[in-house]
Amino acid sequence: MISVFRDLIRYNIEFTIGLVLVGLVVAFAALSFISPVDPSLIYLAVPDQPPSAQHWFGTNSRGQDLFWQLSAAFRNSLIFGLTVAVLSRIISITVGLAAGYLGGWVDRVLMFINDIFVSVPIFPILVLFYFVLRSDLDTFTLALIMACLGWPFDARLIRSVARGLKHREFTRHAVFAGMSTRKVLLEEHLPYVMPIVFATFMNNMLWSMALEVTLAVLGFTNLNHPTMGTVLYWSNQHSAIVVGVWWWVVIPVVLIVITFLGLFLLAMSMNEYIDPRSRLRRMGV
Amino acid sequence: MRAYLLFAGKRFLQLLAVIFCGISATFLVTHLSPIDPVEQVLGRLSARSNLSPDAIAATRAALTELYGTNQPILQQYFNFWARLLRGDLGPSLLAFPTPSMDLVARALPWTLGLLATSTLFTFIVGNLMGALAGYRPDNPFFRAFGLLSIAIQPIPYYVVAFILLIIFGYYLPILPTNGGFGMDVRPGWTPQFIVSLLQHAILPAASLVLVGFGGWFLGMRALVSNIINDDYVTYAELAGVDRRTVVGSYVIRNAMLPQLTALAMTLGGVFSGTIITEEVFNYPGMGSLLIDAVNYGDYSLVLAVATVSITAVAGAIFIVDLLYPLLDPRIRAE
Repeated sequence: MISVFRDLIRYNIEFTIGLVLVGLVVAFAALSFISPVDPSLIYLAVPDQPPSAQHWFGTNSRGQDLFWQLSAAFRNSLIFGLTVAVLSRIISITVGLAAGYLGGWVDRVLMFINDIFVSVPIFPILVLFYFVLRSDLDTFTLALIMACLGWPFDARLIRSVARGLKHREFTRHAVFAGMSTRKVLLEEHLPYVMPIVFATFMNNMLWSMALEVTLAVLGFTNLNHPTMGTVLYWSNQHSAIVVGVWWWVVIPVVLIVITFLGLFLLAMSMNEYIDPRSRLRRMGV
Repeated sequence: MRAYLLFAGKRFLQLLAVIFCGISATFLVTHLSPIDPVEQVLGRLSARSNLSPDAIAATRAALTELYGTNQPILQQYFNFWARLLRGDLGPSLLAFPTPSMDLVARALPWTLGLLATSTLFTFIVGNLMGALAGYRPDNPFFRAFGLLSIAIQPIPYYVVAFILLIIFGYYLPILPTNGGFGMDVRPGWTPQFIVSLLQHAILPAASLVLVGFGGWFLGMRALVSNIINDDYVTYAELAGVDRRTVVGSYVIRNAMLPQLTALAMTLGGVFSGTIITEEVFNYPGMGSLLIDAVNYGDYSLVLAVATVSITAVAGAIFIVDLLYPLLDPRIRAE
């Protein structure tokens, strides 16, 4: 694991940049644990102050210090992305390994369901959930719904690897040795799909956090819960750009771009690392 | 040919299953929720005007009749399908008494036009550029392009559209940022209208192209950089086959197949992106309609938009999937 890390940092500049960017954002988000202010309260500071020594990122029209507000928002968004990614990974690993190893009708049924999920446009469905749940749609419920929608691509990927593993010598040995199906999948096959799981983990986080930004900006989430999207929602509500409170828009947008870029670079370089052909080319062998 | 027809038939059954499941899910989500559409509508109505108790009771009875909420859920489900097959999901509240399906039919061409042109453009140009970049990995122009795609591609649709809106709406007002055509032109096939239409489509389309482009570029570049090391490409080059033929018929042809599958798989996501872009630029398509309907609490319009978009996206994916074997001679020959 550590040697993989060392190789990535040594041969892959994208991975290093991604790691630095994500590290910065995570550190910034972690500051919210020592935040002196409660991010859900409003009118605690003088509104509309530009960035200064006292308020590093300025204050917004709702009288909140933007530094601590954004710190809490990014923490919540990252936690949201992690929750969706972990939950949907569990589904995709289960479905992918089971479909690939068991084959036959299990495979056909699971892939049929999988194809349905791939074809359904997710955004209207999420809006529909907001439409019926309204204020009951808290962040965890939203994460749960997104996890139930965000697994099919990766399940298919994992299945294709698991299908190859099924006919390998060590699987046959394990079966002859009397290992149960569950044990074969968990102990023999899971380690082989772990690289894919890690790469898709980042992609899934990108996907869910982008959708959260969109829903929140449109006002379709819990707006009192600071996230990347709700910060932008409130700045839109107060027409920040028109009023001239540019820091309320520019700073969050720059931070969002840094976050997504960092995660994307990590996902991309890991994908490249998994493919031995491109890895060897990069190492110059 | 028989194999292809068999494949198409199977795929068609799957399309029906997708549409059936998607629409059933839509029904379940809306009907198992504790919110009663009748009370919602009544709340909206009585908030706007003074109604006598009798009028409210009469409206409630009429609305209950209309939505059929007094029947058991299974009966409601069958009624829902019966009404859907007739293309009648009840009047919209947003523009009462226009049927919601009419509003959807009016919005659909805008979304389809925007989606089809921007997707085709990004797919073709992104793949071509990606193929060339993969074929010539050391070309500085393509390297710069690659970096640019990496930088823009992961940004959410909304943020890209929003940045464009800020730039062209406030700092550099040369392009219209609002609506589908100018206020001062009459819809019709006149030159002024078409020019206005195109002008208004530039920014929404540009934001879709900006986000979508990088994925195709990077994907194709990775595919091509693997293919050019394959034996048949080396052999063709050694045998003196024309460069252009090598790139066009040997490299792109083979790299195209996985990209086409990817196109089918991303269409749903692109549709979501279009909805968001429309909302940002106030484009009169399905996205703006859906968001207005949600904000207004318009039950039948939300259902209409959701069912039509599920059907449309599933249909588009079906068409792309049918194209796939036609491009792959191995499957065609069977």
